[in-house]
Amino acid sequence: MRLFIWLAMAFLVVMPARAELVIEITRGVENPIKIAVVPFRVKSSGAFDVDLARLIESNLERSGQFARVRRDTMLSLPGPEDQIFYRDWRAIDSEYTVVGSVERDAEGLLVRYGLHDVFGERVLFAERIPGAPESLRDIGHYISDRIYEALTGIKGIFSTRLLYVSAERRSEKDQTFKLILSDADGGRPRTIFQSSEPILSPKWSPDGSRVAYMSFRGKRPGIYVQTLVSGEVQKVSDFPGLNSAPSFSPDGRKLVLTLSRDGNPEIYVANLRTGEIDRMTNHFAIDTEASWSPDGRSILFTSSRGGKPQLYLMNVADKTVKRVTFDGDYNSNGSFTPDGESIVFVHRTNERFHIARLNLKTRELRILTETDLDESPSVAPNGTMLIYATSDEGKGLLGLVSMDGRVRVRLPSVSESVREPAWSPFFN
Amino acid sequence: MSVLKQAKAVGIAVVLAVLAGCAGQVNESAGPSKIESDAERAAREARQAEFLARQQKSQEEAKAADRAEIMGEQLRKNAMAADTLFFFGFDKSDLSQDALDDLDAHAKYLASVRAAKVRLEGHADERGTRAYNLALGERRANAVARYLVIQGVNRSQIETVSYGEERPLSLSRDDNGWSRNRRVELIYQ
Repeated sequence: MRLFIWLAMAFLVVMPARAELVIEITRGVENPIKIAVVPFRVKSSGAFDVDLARLIESNLERSGQFARVRRDTMLSLPGPEDQIFYRDWRAIDSEYTVVGSVERDAEGLLVRYGLHDVFGERVLFAERIPGAPESLRDIGHYISDRIYEALTGIKGIFSTRLLYVSAERRSEKDQTFKLILSDADGGRPRTIFQSSEPILSPKWSPDGSRVAYMSFRGKRPGIYVQTLVSGEVQKVSDFPGLNSAPSFSPDGRKLVLTLSRDGNPEIYVANLRTGEIDRMTNHFAIDTEASWSPDGRSILFTSSRGGKPQLYLMNVADKTVKRVTFDGDYNSNGSFTPDGESIVFVHRTNERFHIARLNLKTRELRILTETDLDESPSVAPNGTMLIYATSDEGKGLLGLVSMDGRVRVRLPSVSESVREPAWSPFFN
Repeated sequence: MSVLKQAKAVGIAVVLAVLAGCAGQVNESAGPSKIESDAERAAREARQAEFLARQQKSQEEAKAADRAEIMGEQLRKNAMAADTLFFFGFDKSDLSQDALDDLDAHAKYLASVRAAKVRLEGHADERGTRAYNLALGERRANAVARYLVIQGVNRSQIETVSYGEERPLSLSRDDNGWSRNRRVELIYQ
């Protein structure tokens, strides 16, 4: 019953209008940690355009491991200097309480906050964070990371970023595609590349400084690597035929990609410094969607060499290939989890496409999503969840799901159709 | 017959008439005063025979060109009337029997007019992953290209590109819509 109420509450969560994505939690864990984030006290004149407490509670709730204590049930709204009456917080079922303040000063911003353990009746930690005038969202994500890590023992992903593609269609041949970079919560979306031709397969470099993607320059597709800070674009390939599905090697020096320059879709490895291109597969079937294992020794890819698309693993050193997926007649677009133990991919079952995870050691296959036409899974750098693309009545939207499939969060787009999400690595 | 060809034929007739006239005059005036040697006569007759043969050949060529043009026009009309959309099964890239007649019409025209060029755009339905569908779209475009080449079209007359599932024709998310989207579009450039 409590879960039901919590879910009903969760639907009320709304992000600021400026954000591209709105959060809806469709399912959570059974016993989430209850946390009260008291509205941050504003200690200088003038309003702030970010409600830090809302940002933090939305972040924590999106992980599926936390449930917010509603603001209107709070008996008092203390600031960081005030005494905390733990009994008042126990009364409203809060396990942890966050109090804080924000002010403008000569240097920019100053945020103070503390995390209280209600049952232990003590401050777990308190911090004073100075920041630049425009850094309030960054500070909010940082605080979310600190609280998440303190209470779960796992590094938070709230300061990471997302890449995704939006598409606006006026007719078959009149579309606008945008490559968008946003905060992990969908906030601060900005277009980093735009085209009237399709943009596909955006991928992060391991250090988060560059992104690789397929786009058309003119009427021909090519693979490009764009440096985020400078906007500088490097052409990796635009051979006749396919140039698709790029993915960085763990050392960031190479891209594995699909070319059909030799007549058929094959996997190649391009050295980004020398421009040298090494052919990895040689089969008349379709070979594509390659990605590296975290140790850089193997490449996972999709091949129709067995008649239907299935995932195969190649030993990079000797180019030997073995089949990895055997359940279902369509398994594609695979990638490794950060620990290298599992792979996630698109799996067709009962004519529907879902995201699945396969543990390579135990061979346990788990279907994580239950919407249809789910694709493009991209695992968060802490390995707790993945983001994927799905659709609702023809409109593309993004969803999050925990790696055990228990927590599901929808991130519906408020405007364009979105797809092809890619979760960044950690930046710190 | 084009105006140019008509003008050419009239021109040839005029030249022939003038030459015939000249030949007569030469015979009348030079005949009594200059006796042709056997060798000279043989050489003259050989030149005349060669000239007439050339004449005949060029007339035949002109006729053949006219015929080809009439045929070419017909081939062009056939190609323009033929379907430019070719459909495929799910995860399939083999051509259907219905596609072949239309492709034959395109192939005959392209084989007869080497300057003509086509772009083949391969597409997939939204099911399955995007990069895989990009490869599938290319396979479909290549299947059409291969068929055209077998029918005598130069590979250099054909450009292929795949859009995967990114440019659906139909937005209905059912078998009907999906089957419309699994296609190759043939576009004259």
